[in-house]
Amino acid sequence: MKPEDILKVAEEEVERQKSYKYRINVCCSSGCLPFGALRVLKAFEEAIKEFGLQRKCKVSRTGCVGTCSVGPVVIVEPGSYLYQGVTPEKAREIVKSHIISGEPLKETLYTNEAFFRKQLRLVLRNAGKIDPLRIEEYIAVGGYSALIKCLTKMTSKEVIDEVIASGLRGRGGAGFPTGQKWNFVVREKNTPKYVIANLDEGDPGVFANRTLAEADPHAIIEGMAIAAYAVGAEKGYIYIRAEYPLAVQTLREALKQAKFMNLIGKNILETQFNFDIELRMGAGAFVAGEETGILASIEGRRAMPRPRPPYPATSGLWGKPTLIQNVETLANIPVIILNGGNWFAKIGTPKCTGTKCFSLTGKVNNPGLIEVPMGITLREIVFDIGGGVPSGRKFKAVLVGGPSGGCLPESLLDLPIDYESLTKAGAIMGSGGIVVIDDESCMVDTAWFFTDFCVDESCGKCVPCRVGLLKMRNILERIMRGEGRLEDLDILADLGEYVRDVSLCGLGQTAPNPILTTLRYFRDEYVAHIIDKKCPAGKCFKQEEVIKEA
Amino acid sequence: MRGHGYERSALLEILHAAHELYGYFDKDLLEYISGRLNLPLSHVYGVASFYNLFKFRRPGEHVISACMGTACYVRGAEEIVSAIEKEFNVKRGGSTLDGKLSLFITRCIGACAMAPNITLDNEVIGKATKEVVLERIRKVLGG
Repeated sequence: MKPEDILKVAEEEVERQKSYKYRINVCCSSGCLPFGALRVLKAFEEAIKEFGLQRKCKVSRTGCVGTCSVGPVVIVEPGSYLYQGVTPEKAREIVKSHIISGEPLKETLYTNEAFFRKQLRLVLRNAGKIDPLRIEEYIAVGGYSALIKCLTKMTSKEVIDEVIASGLRGRGGAGFPTGQKWNFVVREKNTPKYVIANLDEGDPGVFANRTLAEADPHAIIEGMAIAAYAVGAEKGYIYIRAEYPLAVQTLREALKQAKFMNLIGKNILETQFNFDIELRMGAGAFVAGEETGILASIEGRRAMPRPRPPYPATSGLWGKPTLIQNVETLANIPVIILNGGNWFAKIGTPKCTGTKCFSLTGKVNNPGLIEVPMGITLREIVFDIGGGVPSGRKFKAVLVGGPSGGCLPESLLDLPIDYESLTKAGAIMGSGGIVVIDDESCMVDTAWFFTDFCVDESCGKCVPCRVGLLKMRNILERIMRGEGRLEDLDILADLGEYVRDVSLCGLGQTAPNPILTTLRYFRDEYVAHIIDKKCPAGKCFKQEEVIKEA
Repeated sequence: MRGHGYERSALLEILHAAHELYGYFDKDLLEYISGRLNLPLSHVYGVASFYNLFKFRRPGEHVISACMGTACYVRGAEEIVSAIEKEFNVKRGGSTLDGKLSLFITRCIGACAMAPNITLDNEVIGKATKEVVLERIRKVLGG
């Protein structure tokens, strides 16, 4: 295929879509599926058939719009009417009232507009709007035109310069400038080079990458292809968690379609550029998301990180130069190429451009997936978008950055979200998990939960992480049993700083964060456990009884 | 294995395929893989045991995986798991004596907005409560 052929596909698809007056998008992503989304889809299809509306209305399965707590959700276009909690019976009613009579079914509509008002969707631009299993729909909304622009009008250097101008930083957590990373790889003489898309979203409580893969897989593939063109790679891997069966299936199908259209493979769009992508599955190891861990895992070994340097840019997969990027970073690339780096740099804050996806969960009224411009405050996320803590309870803390993030108290809610501010406060951007904790939860217990997770997931290679974290967990358990001593708090703090400073990889370096931040902001709860032998939230000692009973 | 050209680097992919086929690894299966790929058994076992997804014991007839991700934990998954352990006399990670029921803990299935989530024989129970889950398990075991 040639670039013109792709444009023709786009035109045809737009024409085809125009022929329908209505379009019903049923969210069939992992959030809505368990609640009967497929039955709803079937009910819509049957109703359309029954009333003979096949030419007037198109029913599609799409990805997630983010309001995962009120699923299954359905969008009716035009007008983006969002229906919540749709059942097969309601589906029939919606067809009767909305499609036939033109009257939206008011009582089923999602009315909480605050959830969307402060969001800005670049990465999730197509989520919930297109059918992820039809490449034509992605092309019709301008998909792959960034790749065409790169291949036909831009040199590799121009592509990298555009990414540098955008100020985009890695969304995997560390926030390394993306353009600079590309420059490191392109400079290497050693070939072949590889591009790896990191979709090993191991943080419990985080599902942004999965949602992206399920809703818009081609955005990832296009981003990868552009990255490969820029750094001179011919082979790519998408490393994905095996726990995400739907995302695996969606990506597999998307790769097949992209290959069929010659958007990946040999002589892409009849140019000299070759790039092939393979899918590789993880098997449940948190540490495999670390960039040297991912390399080991793709090579078929234990996902144990190794010291850097050499960085993967110099010596990565099989010792060859390798570019590793999170899929969210990659999905930003087509937007940057089409709109220009300078346009992108205006979004967010000067040092932290663009948007970030967050999985908002825990004790909050509107949990779900959100995408917001950098620099927004935590308060806006938790209270404006999230709608605050469910009634009768009090906000206590918010955990930012997954199991190795930090627990921040109410006084820090006005913190603007960017890499530097979060790190200063003791949290991390991480993979973008925000868990809201209310006064029912005990902070010592919360710190224990995350430390326990990291003990479990530590690969055991370096001593500080393997032994240090275990010691810290044991001290926490002692405190939770009511046998703690005040010196324990100093030991925890010292040990935590030690593990943070000398561990080999990101897991160990950030694992003490939950303990360190809870010690910093919620010290009184620790003291209550030690001196008064009481858990202010009434959790710890109660749990002890349960175990005894059993 | 043939599909991967007996490539050693495809070990993880091959383990996946074998695990899907048999449901768990026993010594014979690992020995077979090690022989065909010409890799030491210790290496094959080492890789297989490193990853949480792989099981080394035959799972029970019915399988519960309780999500213990952050969101589920904060929303009370622990209580549900304790209740299951107590009522059906099964320990997390193990099976009942009659082999009818296994209880596994998973790290986040990614449906956090519906937390807590308990998966019973591949069907997700979202916004789970102790009562609902216990009832569902009783029904499955009884029928």
